[in-house]
Amino acid sequence: MNRLRPISVALAAVIASASAAQSANLTLCWAAWDPANALIELSRDFEAQSGHTMRFEFVPWPNFADRMLNELNSRGQLCDLMIGDSQWVGLAAESGHYIQLNDFFDEQGISMDAFIPATVTGYAEWPKGTPNYWALPAFADVVGWTYRRDWFEREDMQAEFQETYGRALDVPATLEELKDIAEFFQGREIDGVTVYGAAIYTERGSEGITMGVTNALYNYGFTYGSPDNPYELDGFVNSEGAVAGLEFYKELYDCCTPPGSSDWYMSETIDAFRSGQVALQMNFAFIWPGVDQDANVGGDRTGYFPNPAGPAGHFAQLGGQGISVVSYSQNVDAALEYIAWFAQPEVQQRWWELGGFSALNAVVEAEGFAESQPYAQTFLDSMAIVKDFWAEPSYAELLLSMQNRVHRYVVAGEGTAQEALDALVADWIEVFEDEGKL
Amino acid sequence: MSETLVDRAASATPQRISRRIRGLSDRAIAWIFIGPTVILLLAVNIFPLIWTIYLSFTNYRANRPGAEVEWVGLRNYQRILNDPEIWQTMQATAHFVFWTLFFQVLIGFALAWLINQKFRGNDLWTTIIVLPMMLSPAVVGNFWTFLYQPQIGIFNYIVTFFTGADPTSFSMIGDVRLAPWSIVIVDTWMWTPFVMLICLAGLRSIPESIYEAAECDRASKWRQFWTITVPMVLPFLMLAVLFRGIENFKMFDLVVQLTGGGPGSTTEVTSINLKREAFEKWRTGYSSAYAVILFVTVFGLASIYVKALNRVKNR
Amino acid sequence: MSSYSITEPSRGMKWTAGLLVVAYALITLLPLLWIMATGFKSTNDAIAYPPKVFFEPTLEGYVNLFTIQNRASAEQLAENPATTWYDRIVQDKGMVISGPSRFGEMFMNSVIIGFGSTFLSVVLGTLAAYAFSRFRVPLKDDLMFFILSTRMMPPIAVAIPIFLMFRAVGLSDTHAGMILLYTAVNLSLAVWLLKGFIDEIPREYEEAALIDGYTRFQAFVKVVLPQAATGIASTAIFCLIFAWNEYAFAVLLTSGNAQTAPPFIPTIIGNTGRDWPAVAAGATIFLVPVMVFTILLRKHLLRGITFGAVRK
Repeated sequence: MNRLRPISVALAAVIASASAAQSANLTLCWAAWDPANALIELSRDFEAQSGHTMRFEFVPWPNFADRMLNELNSRGQLCDLMIGDSQWVGLAAESGHYIQLNDFFDEQGISMDAFIPATVTGYAEWPKGTPNYWALPAFADVVGWTYRRDWFEREDMQAEFQETYGRALDVPATLEELKDIAEFFQGREIDGVTVYGAAIYTERGSEGITMGVTNALYNYGFTYGSPDNPYELDGFVNSEGAVAGLEFYKELYDCCTPPGSSDWYMSETIDAFRSGQVALQMNFAFIWPGVDQDANVGGDRTGYFPNPAGPAGHFAQLGGQGISVVSYSQNVDAALEYIAWFAQPEVQQRWWELGGFSALNAVVEAEGFAESQPYAQTFLDSMAIVKDFWAEPSYAELLLSMQNRVHRYVVAGEGTAQEALDALVADWIEVFEDEGKL
Repeated sequence: MSETLVDRAASATPQRISRRIRGLSDRAIAWIFIGPTVILLLAVNIFPLIWTIYLSFTNYRANRPGAEVEWVGLRNYQRILNDPEIWQTMQATAHFVFWTLFFQVLIGFALAWLINQKFRGNDLWTTIIVLPMMLSPAVVGNFWTFLYQPQIGIFNYIVTFFTGADPTSFSMIGDVRLAPWSIVIVDTWMWTPFVMLICLAGLRSIPESIYEAAECDRASKWRQFWTITVPMVLPFLMLAVLFRGIENFKMFDLVVQLTGGGPGSTTEVTSINLKREAFEKWRTGYSSAYAVILFVTVFGLASIYVKALNRVKNR
Repeated sequence: MSSYSITEPSRGMKWTAGLLVVAYALITLLPLLWIMATGFKSTNDAIAYPPKVFFEPTLEGYVNLFTIQNRASAEQLAENPATTWYDRIVQDKGMVISGPSRFGEMFMNSVIIGFGSTFLSVVLGTLAAYAFSRFRVPLKDDLMFFILSTRMMPPIAVAIPIFLMFRAVGLSDTHAGMILLYTAVNLSLAVWLLKGFIDEIPREYEEAALIDGYTRFQAFVKVVLPQAATGIASTAIFCLIFAWNEYAFAVLLTSGNAQTAPPFIPTIIGNTGRDWPAVAAGATIFLVPVMVFTILLRKHLLRGITFGAVRK
């Protein structure tokens, strides 16, 4: 066998070079959203340079995970390149869906040190904390807040807020302050309509409320497990701080959100903000370019700030994705070529200009970056404090349990925060036991 | 065996023709005609059903093709029957099925009775009323989330118009108490016409002479209604209830689009719950057991009901 | 005759009944009208708070439905002046059209899968229904019930093994797979309905044909089929409506390639937030054919929706 190997390697190289020369037809899979359209635009240059043609398969967010994981699990050859969600990396790595990219990165001189550290951990590594890379950070994203700067700056609002809360109406430094502001605006009459405090994530069906509530949980002391043993959950997931964080999120939901915001995720919160219903909006950074351009609330009327700190820390929920090569692809070489092209600083710079959030240090640390867009500084500040959900192979089950427990407590008002988190611990232990990790 | 008309025809015709008729025997034709249907149904229905039953005794997971499959006996069934959350989804389903049937029968029958007063243009209005039930429930459910938005939808403003309540003071989908009713309202909107049509057929099947006879006996209109109309329409009504009951027990598309099962799990009907177990958590073995339990329930309830229906019909 | 009938409702009764029914019809129509109107609103009018009943109509929703758009800089816009009305609508928002959306494809998938499965189920259904109607088939009642039972199971439960099976034989996310599946589901309706229609055709016609020297098969084609044409046509439309509206199987078994419109429409998302006018436009385009069929079908409606159990 061993004697044959060099031959087969040589043969593979010949076939590979032949197919590369033949120009491949690459399919890139991602979610159907604004940044994806920008990627089509960006990829035109790649097509011109490489001679390959690009096809895109964009799946709307609500079905994105279902659809794409299904594709991977059935070893489908639809996608050559996958911009998969950050939490999938464990499953994709352990089941062999993605190609490990370490050798390729070494060969091409691509260093993970060149990317924002949190995105490398979040999108590329598995197991976490080890230098095993399965993706190149493609789209950096994080939960942050937008606020109605025009309302904040009104003198009558300023004066009344000062009187009620004893401080100026400004960007909140803590989650408690954020709640005060939301409470202040809730039910207020502005320009003839009743407005509300904050639009926050509460969606039940996919991952919405989890992506929202974690912004409070992390900052009140919730951790996914003990620092020594990631699977030791009891006392960490349901710690006193975690309970306080969950209670905070429920209080915020009860006191200061628009009526009917019980099943809201990215698009509903932005609708509420754009239609002038709310003073504050929680959302992923990807929407900020659109908000800035909006006819109703764009430009100076909107400001941006990172998720405020809590008593136990300062974190924000990580979003975003890395780009990976699917191991079932027939066009691995061309797909790798795309990644090498995409990693170039000029391409990354143009990616940012088109509305894609680059994770490359050379782009985000460049002089003038922070001033290049009104939200650029907030994006940088937010990316410095990110934390992500489980990226375990069983992440989907972990997520479904969390959706269920949190939604029941926060929106449906069942039981107490302690009970909800205790139940969550029990659910998660069951998942890890089934998995054989406990 | 097939002595029916061909044989009769054959025996009545000269030998020469009879041979031609028998060119392909009736039995052969019967099987050729039924064969494809049976084969397709075996392949797409029966074989998968047997496979489901087999899987329900294993811990198979469709998202881990490489993992070893173990025989777990009745454990999946035990787990399901002891899971309080599954009982909760059964309750949600029961609430949905009961109240949708209740309103649809009530409104559907009333409408049918009104239409049967044969006012001018009743055909046109019947067709308009029937429109909602022909639409795609997923598309309709999705759009109703928009109509239900307290600030930007019209539903709350219409309620305001009739009652004077503040439109933003309540939220159909978000409130735990209202959410189960929000799905009942949309389903009733969509499917009342179905019950109405069947009742209308029932009403029109009653011979005029019965009423004329009752009129001669000086029975009051009220008495005629209870002693003639209702009993004569009852078998039709029961048929409508059977069809709607089965449909709503299976309900998935409308509710998943409307509430996604929320708030919490208030409107998580069994189909949504099963979808989460089977296609999101990928507990294939477990959800196969769940599916088997649902089959048995539907068939059990439906056959009991059909017996009752037949008894009413034969009365 | 009936004007003299003692059972004829009084004038007053008719008026009251008419008014109540019309009132109900108008209420029931309102959500549909709202969907259609939203399709002609601008994105901002659609989510106006409070909602707008009167608005300036625009085709923005329809343009958004059929195109993918990109944000464009002022220079880009200046370089590529709008040449068509739809370019103009998009450029007014500071965007440029970068290609067609996938709605057209999904709509075509609905057409292919809908008509394909309808054709198959009507052909197979007619054959089986004829055999059930005219011949003694062993276990006939059991078979008929078995055919019906396939329609009673929750689609999600059926989908588990189908999903595994399709994956194993490479049918997932293919037109052929969906056509086969919908055919299997629709066959029950087709057989039941068509059996009812064929039962009504007097056997004497065929017997006469047989005596005239037709073979059984010729008699079926030349005598029975023409007689059953109306029944076959209305069965076809009911099968089509089912396949057209089906969601559960479509969402679980298809993705990019063979996805039909019902799972696609709810997920239409705009550049910022939900693009309700585009969703409404998609819904309208999708609903209109069914509405037309409903009006055409009103005579057979009852029979179709009750599996032939109720005839009018």
